[in-house]
Amino acid sequence: MKNFHVSTTINGDDAEFICTPDETLLDVLRNRLGLTGAKEGCGTGDCGACSVTLNGRLVCSCLVLGAEAEGAEIETIEGMADGDDLHPLQRVFIDKAALQCGVCTPGILVAARSLLEKNPEPTDEEIRYWLAGNLCRCTGYDKIIKAVQIAAAEMRSV
Amino acid sequence: MALDTSNKREFKVVGTRVQRPDGIDKVTGKAMYGADVTAPGMLIGRILRSPHAHARIVSLDTSAAEALKGVKAVVTTADLSTPEDDYFADIRDNCLAREKVLYDGHAVAAVAATNKHVAKEALKLIKVEYEILSHVTDVDEAMKADAPIVQEGRADESVHEGWSQNVTSHFEFGHGDLEAGFAKADKIVERTFKTAATHQGYIEPHACLASLGTDGRGELWCCTQGQFLVRTKCAEILGIEASQLRVTASEIGGGFGGKTTVFIEPVALALSRKAGRPVKLVMSREEVFRASGPTVSSSIDVKIGMTKDGRITAGQAKLRYQGGAFPNGTVEFGSQAAFAAYDLEAVQTLGWNVMTNRPKEISYRAPGAPMAIYAVESVVDELCQELSLDPLETRLKNAARKGTLSSYGPTFNDIGLVATLEAAKTHPHYSAPLGKNQGRGLSCGFWFNFGGNTCVSLNLNSDGTVGVVEGNPDIGGSRASISMMAAEELGIPYEKVRTVITDTNSLGYNDVTDGSRVTFAVGLATIEAARAAIKIMCSRVAKIWGIDEEAVVWEDGCAKPSGPNAGEFPPMTIAEIAAIADNTGGPIAGHHEVNADGAGVSFGVHIVDTEVDPETGATKILRYTVFQDAGKAVHPDYVEGQMQGGAVQGIGWALNEEYIYGEDGRLQNPGFLDYRIPVASDLPPIDTVILEIPNPGHPYGVRGVGETSIVPPLAAISNAVSRATGVRMTELPMSPPKLLKAMSER
Amino acid sequence: MVKVKLWGSLRTLADGNEYVEVEASNFKQLLDQLSTKYPALKPQIKRGVSLALDGVIYREAWFTEISDENEIVLMPYMVGG
Repeated sequence: MKNFHVSTTINGDDAEFICTPDETLLDVLRNRLGLTGAKEGCGTGDCGACSVTLNGRLVCSCLVLGAEAEGAEIETIEGMADGDDLHPLQRVFIDKAALQCGVCTPGILVAARSLLEKNPEPTDEEIRYWLAGNLCRCTGYDKIIKAVQIAAAEMRSV
Repeated sequence: MALDTSNKREFKVVGTRVQRPDGIDKVTGKAMYGADVTAPGMLIGRILRSPHAHARIVSLDTSAAEALKGVKAVVTTADLSTPEDDYFADIRDNCLAREKVLYDGHAVAAVAATNKHVAKEALKLIKVEYEILSHVTDVDEAMKADAPIVQEGRADESVHEGWSQNVTSHFEFGHGDLEAGFAKADKIVERTFKTAATHQGYIEPHACLASLGTDGRGELWCCTQGQFLVRTKCAEILGIEASQLRVTASEIGGGFGGKTTVFIEPVALALSRKAGRPVKLVMSREEVFRASGPTVSSSIDVKIGMTKDGRITAGQAKLRYQGGAFPNGTVEFGSQAAFAAYDLEAVQTLGWNVMTNRPKEISYRAPGAPMAIYAVESVVDELCQELSLDPLETRLKNAARKGTLSSYGPTFNDIGLVATLEAAKTHPHYSAPLGKNQGRGLSCGFWFNFGGNTCVSLNLNSDGTVGVVEGNPDIGGSRASISMMAAEELGIPYEKVRTVITDTNSLGYNDVTDGSRVTFAVGLATIEAARAAIKIMCSRVAKIWGIDEEAVVWEDGCAKPSGPNAGEFPPMTIAEIAAIADNTGGPIAGHHEVNADGAGVSFGVHIVDTEVDPETGATKILRYTVFQDAGKAVHPDYVEGQMQGGAVQGIGWALNEEYIYGEDGRLQNPGFLDYRIPVASDLPPIDTVILEIPNPGHPYGVRGVGETSIVPPLAAISNAVSRATGVRMTELPMSPPKLLKAMSER
Repeated sequence: MVKVKLWGSLRTLADGNEYVEVEASNFKQLLDQLSTKYPALKPQIKRGVSLALDGVIYREAWFTEISDENEIVLMPYMVGG
């Protein structure tokens, strides 16, 4: 099996890697680039723990091939804070206890940011449907929905 | 151990909503979970699993796999040790099958290779010849005398002669004259219920990185609820000494009881020992479903008698739990919990633990209680409907309280059930109007909680800050709670304390993070460790001041003279004491080791409004309120989080989640697409009401809160559905096709 | 003598008694005495039991003091999730 040499942009930085044709973007991020913030909860696109954006579109990185990253812009949880300045979603998630074990949190934050970019003033229902692809087993989602609303309001006010 | 009954009720730190110490790592992707680490020279492990529900392993040939380029080790059960104790032997045989495979997904062999592609190829080269045996996956079928026998000779002395060999133990609890009780009833309802097996459904699959030398020295990194238990089990299964295996718990991506045993860890260690290199082993989601512990499935008969005015005269339950392919101990907890919320003159519960060809069950949040209480609370609700009684008033009328002889034996002391029911009764939710196709249900819930073995070290740093070292993986914010209790006792700000969870070689044995025990028991040990450090600090200051030790008191983070007679000295702060510790006798620390008791049982009440779509049979949760006694909520956000999370797991159990086995004994839905846990759009907000009735067994009155919340949703939702549709469902989950069918037969 | 309450399925192993009396001043002595007096209870005691003392459940704790004033109930060994 011949490997691919892929040139891409991750969190604004140039990145290059070698991958096999059947290797997922998630495996590339985790195993070849050391970006373990995206998690594999299922490997079948059902849990959303591996959420990243690919050219601005929210995807499950376990359903994208590494080779598809060629020439693309990828954003992962590792790029969400600006240095030591947390994104409002990240800050509010801590303030409002919107995480327990935290393993779904990177995926939920990436997905929530993607929602607020498209829809800065979502209803609770819109948040719930947008995040329906991100499973959380600890929280019952209540504090997550509230945290997204608070962060959205804060982001609108600046 | 004498219980600390000096309940403190004024708090400065405890009860506030501080930021958790691991927050930033978890929102930035830096936190290290089970699968997030690598080691130099690391190999990738994979496990070959049985495609059959029940079969004899006639032959197992690994030679072709071993010969494949890139394969560095292949292991089977022959590479594991022979523990004397059945308990450890069962765990070993669940990790790698011996002689027979007992369920679909049972591990047979494992390989370690230079990458996952080679490992996958190698699995295909392992030749296993199976003699297929007849299988059984249903609990009632497994109890029949002619059922296929999962394992022979596993029954204990409680099992009666003539019962199926799949029955491994039997329990009976209760008191009073049942016959007389039922004779006094105006109405008796008798029903049979079935509940499906559900999985804990943690989002992080089991993962570990193991390194073990031929000298028996090893390192293991894994996601677990208890690194000490992992060490004990792995040492037994590998035949090595506990002192030589250091286990470090990673951040844990959920557990809910499911990570209280080992599945892959001994296998990874065996591979590493054979290959001479570190081995990483991570389960796929399919493996998690097929071969890690779900909960039991059950079949339950309940009979309850009631007078016209709503007094229960007698209650009886017969509970049959299948716990998979090995003996399990779950039905005794369902049997004890079933009627715990009631003050009964006559009550009896009978329980049977049964083996089937399914994965071995492992604890799931209040293990054994949700299905038992579901059955009882459904029948109580049906009696209320039949007799036109208010279900909340009826529960209050029959509620267990201080002095009640509990259905499981002891007499209750301080319990919070009546207060919890009263809070539910006066809450606006209970009297809010309902629309068409809507119904309101409620249920009580109960769990025991426990304390257990706990060690805490508390070290004073030279700048006056404090490090707490404990041994229980933080599964829902406990590091924050532990730091808060240390800060409270020392009288210093929360930010001055950092709590870390350490490895197995750095602290004495700690029981697993389970039984809702961590905030209770680790908190108790932390408070005691702080008191020990305070004692040392006061004695150092007494020497400086030249007064008696007893004349120095600790207040607001300072040593002070106890009164005017002690002399006039300005208070010395913890930072001042720390700065001169070198001169006053050396480092200052406090530690506490205890097998904590006095956890105190826990009650909860849930109210739910549902709407059932008459066209599809789909149930929507419209409104949900959880009422629970926390004793003292140390960090209210995370107490609410436990109440909300447990409620939603119960909602999944009631409506969607189930292990579905085909005629061939294979699991048909081993993935999140077909095993559907609740998603955000399925749910309304989950409202919470925390009651604080102090637990006399804890210095701050803390009561465990983690488990009780999964208990009430099953019946609460079934009762709401019954009131919305007029149909009494007796099977869980109440998936739309089942409910639609029941409605059409109405 | 302290009075110990047994759960239902243990009673057949203790001559059908719901309550048994043994000479004991702590849990360790109680369990030893039970094993001696009713050898059929031994396997269950070896597998593990909890004891409720005046409504408070203890999992181990051999040296917990007891007297004839206390309510003592034998229970299965507690587990949790």
